[in-house]
Amino acid sequence: MKKILAAFVGSMALASAPLALAADATKELKMAYDADPVTLDIHEQLSGGILQLSHMTFDPLLRWTKDLGFEPRLAESWERVDDKTMRFKLREGVKFHSGNELTTADVKFTFERLKESQDFKAIFKPFSAINVIDDYTFELVTSEPYPLLLNTATYIFPLDSEFYSGQTEDGKDKDAILKHGNSFASENLSGTGPYTVTERKQGVRVEFERFDDYWDTESPGNVGKIVLTPIKENATRVSALLSGGVDFIAPVPPNDLDRIKRDRNSELVTMSGTRIILFHMNQERVEAFKNPKVRQAIAYAINQEGIAAKIMKGFATPAAQMSPAGYQGHNENLKPRFDVEKAKQLMKEAGYEDGFTITMMAPNNRYVNDDKIAQAAAAMLARINIKVDLKTLPKAQYWPEYDNRAADMMLIGWHADTEDSANFYEFLTFCPDADSGDGQYNAGNYCNPEIDALVEKANVETDLDKRAAMLQEVEQRLYDDAAFVPLHWQDLAWASRKGVNIEPVLNVMNFPYLGDLVIE
Amino acid sequence: MLAFLVQRISQALLVMFVISIIAFAIQDGLGDPLQEMVGMSVSAEEREAIREELGLNDPFLVQYLRFAGNAIQGDLGNSYFYSKPALEVIAEHLPATLELVIGASLIIIFLSVPIGVYAAIRPQAWLSKFFMGVSTVGISIPVFLTAIVLIQLFSIGVTVNWFPADTGWGQWLNDFFTTEGGLPSYGRGDDLVHLFGTWESGLFTSEGLAHLVLPCVSLASIMLPLFIRLIRAEMMEVLQSDYIRYARAKGLSAGRINFLHALKNTMLPVITVGGVQIGIMVAYTILTETVFQWPGLGLMFLEAITRSDIPLIVAYLMVVGLIFVVTNTLVDLIYGLVNPTVKLTGKKA
Repeated sequence: MKKILAAFVGSMALASAPLALAADATKELKMAYDADPVTLDIHEQLSGGILQLSHMTFDPLLRWTKDLGFEPRLAESWERVDDKTMRFKLREGVKFHSGNELTTADVKFTFERLKESQDFKAIFKPFSAINVIDDYTFELVTSEPYPLLLNTATYIFPLDSEFYSGQTEDGKDKDAILKHGNSFASENLSGTGPYTVTERKQGVRVEFERFDDYWDTESPGNVGKIVLTPIKENATRVSALLSGGVDFIAPVPPNDLDRIKRDRNSELVTMSGTRIILFHMNQERVEAFKNPKVRQAIAYAINQEGIAAKIMKGFATPAAQMSPAGYQGHNENLKPRFDVEKAKQLMKEAGYEDGFTITMMAPNNRYVNDDKIAQAAAAMLARINIKVDLKTLPKAQYWPEYDNRAADMMLIGWHADTEDSANFYEFLTFCPDADSGDGQYNAGNYCNPEIDALVEKANVETDLDKRAAMLQEVEQRLYDDAAFVPLHWQDLAWASRKGVNIEPVLNVMNFPYLGDLVIE
Repeated sequence: MLAFLVQRISQALLVMFVISIIAFAIQDGLGDPLQEMVGMSVSAEEREAIREELGLNDPFLVQYLRFAGNAIQGDLGNSYFYSKPALEVIAEHLPATLELVIGASLIIIFLSVPIGVYAAIRPQAWLSKFFMGVSTVGISIPVFLTAIVLIQLFSIGVTVNWFPADTGWGQWLNDFFTTEGGLPSYGRGDDLVHLFGTWESGLFTSEGLAHLVLPCVSLASIMLPLFIRLIRAEMMEVLQSDYIRYARAKGLSAGRINFLHALKNTMLPVITVGGVQIGIMVAYTILTETVFQWPGLGLMFLEAITRSDIPLIVAYLMVVGLIFVVTNTLVDLIYGLVNPTVKLTGKKA
C-alpha cells in the first residue's frame, strides 16, 4: 500500500511539475479596443494606443501604480545624486525577445532615440544627458532641477539596441523613426515585455504570445495568448462582449453602461479619469471676454453637474479646475459654481445686461458626447443673454479650425502626458508664444505672466510639498480669474466577461498592465 | 464588340479622371491628415516640417500634377495611415467586401426569384400577401437597424417571457420568440483560407461562413424587397402578354410557360436594375461593414475619412468608379446573351 501511495505521490509530483509551468500562461484573452496600434515603433507616436502597446511588449524603467505612485520595473532602484541627477540601478538578467540581454547600453540607445522622436522630444527636453556608469548603473541628468524626472522616466521603455541597430537588406537604417512610409521599427519589435507580437494585420487583428523568458517571474499573469481586434463602432464592441465573442472591451460607451451592468456574465469597471474637458473664451476675438466679470458670469452660467448627470449619464466628474484629484495641483477648495442669478448680476455689472452674440465650435467625434456638451453649454449661455452660434465638426476638420482659433469659444480635452498639473497650464493657459511653443492650445489667448512665472518656479522646485502648494495656488488664481470654463473629467470604463479579473490591472492612465492579468 | 469595349474603356478612364479631380478638390474640406499622425503636444514647427515633407504645402495644381503623373504609371500614392501604396491597401480589403457582396447577392437571387414568381402567379394567396407585407416593412428599415436587431437576436440572444409560462401555449410562444444567440457578430473569424494574392477567403470553412451569415443577411435585406417587388411586377406584366396567352391556348404546361417563357423576359429589366444595384450595394457595404467590423473596403473608406487619409480616399473613389463601369459593361454583355435582339453598340439590327 505504501509503495502504491509513494508511486502515486511520485507520479503526481511528476505530473504536476510541467502542469504548474503550463498553468503559468495557458489562458487566451480575446479583446477589443476601438483601434489597434498604428505602428510597432513605440517612439513614432505619443498616444494612448501606443502606450498600451508599450506596456504589453516592453517594460518601462518604472511604472505608475493605481494610486499614482511609482513601482520599479526594469530599474530596480533609484536615488537622487544631486538636484539635477538621478542614479538608477538596472535589473540584471533581463532578456529581450531577441535573446539579447538588457544593459545600460540599451537604455542609452533608447534615451537618445526618444530625444530624436518628434512626438517625445518635447517631454524629454528638460533632460540634458545620460551617464553610463557601468553595465547596470546609469544616471539621468537634467539641465535644471526637475521635479518630474521620475514621471518622465515612466516613458523610457528600453529598446533592444542590438536589434534596432544597423541596416536592413535594402540599406535603410533600422533605428529610423518614420512618420510616413515603412521603417524597420514600425514592423519589427524586440522588447523586454510580457508579450511578443506574433501576427499583425493592420486594422484587423494583432496577436500576442507570452514571452517564455519574461523576467518578471513573480507576475501573477496567466494569459498565454492575446488576440486584439479593433472594433470602432461602439454598439458592435459592446455586442461582441455580450455575445461572448470577446472577453474584454474598452472603452465602454456611456449609453451602454447599464446594459453591461445588467448582464449576468459581464463585469464593468469605471474610474474617474484625468482628461479635462473645457471651453476657452477667446479674448482676442471678443472684446467682452477681456472683462473678468464676463468670464466669471459664463463660469457661473454653466452647470457642470447638470452636464455630467444628464448628458454624460453620470459618466464624468464635474470639474472646477484642470487638475484631477491625485495631481499635485488639485485644489480641494474649488467647487463648481453654478448660479444663474449671480451670472446675470455679473453680466449687469460688466455692462452687458443685454448680452451679445458669439460663435462656438466643438468636435463631434473626439470626446464622449462632445457635440451634445456644446449644445447644452450654448443653451445655458442663452439664459444670460449670450447668443451662441454653434458649429460642430469631425475631429479631422476641427483641429485645423482650432489652430486658426476660428471661433470665440472652443472646446478642448486635455490629458497631461506627464501626469502632472503643470502640463495643463503650459499648453492651455500660458501666454501664447509661437517661438517657445508655450500656450500652444490656449485658444482663449488668456495671458497672465504672474501665473506663468509661478508655474515656472514650481517646475524647478524639487520639494514636492512646496511645489504642490504653488500649483494649487495657480489653480486658485485661474479659477478666480475664470481663465477658462472647466466642464468635467471624462470617466473611464472597461468591461469584461466574469472571470477575467481586469480590475487589478487597470489604472487611470488607461494602460492596462495585461502582463499581470489573471483569468480564472 | 471591339468598338464597344474600346468605348467602355475610354469611358472608364474619363470617369476615373473626373473622380480624381473632384476627390482632390475636396481634400481641403476633409481635414488635416497630420492630426492622426502626431501627438497633441508636438510643436508647430515639427508639424510644419512633416507637412512640407508630405508635399501638403504645395499649390493645388502642383499636387494634382504630381499625383496624376504617378497615377498614369499605376501609383496612386501611399496611404498615410497604412504607410503602404493605397492600391495595395485596397487589394487587401477588396476580397472581404467581394465575399460580402457575393453572399448577399446569392441570398437575393435565391430568395427574390421564387418569391417574386410565386407572388406573380398567385397574387391572391395569403402567402403572397404576407411576403409583400414583409417586403414593404423591409424596404423601409435602415440597414444599420436591421444589423443591430440581427446581432441582438442571433448573436447575443434574447429571453422572452411575455406570455404566461404556466400555460402550454404561453410556454410555446415564449420558447418560440426566445433566441439562443451564438452567431459571430464581428469580423471574419480566424479560420481563413488563403486563395491567391491578397485573397483570404472565409467561404471554405465553417467558421468563415458563420461570420458571413449576419452581415450578408443585413446587406441583402435592403435589396431583397426591391427585387421581389420588381420581379413580381414584371412577371405579372409578362403573364398578360399575347404570347403567354397563346402558349396557354396551345396547352403548354404551366411550369413550362412560367419558368421558360415568362421568366426569361421578366429577367431582362431585372438584370439592368441588378447591375446598377450592385454598384449601390458597394456603397451600402460602408454601413454594413461598420456595424459588423467587417474588414473590407467600406470600413476602410470610412476610417480613411475620419483620418483624412487623402491618398487612400482618392484611390478608393477611383476604384469604385472602375467597379461601376465594369459591372455596367458586364450587364450589357449579359443583356445581349439573354436577348440576342439587343445590339451592344446601339446600332439598329
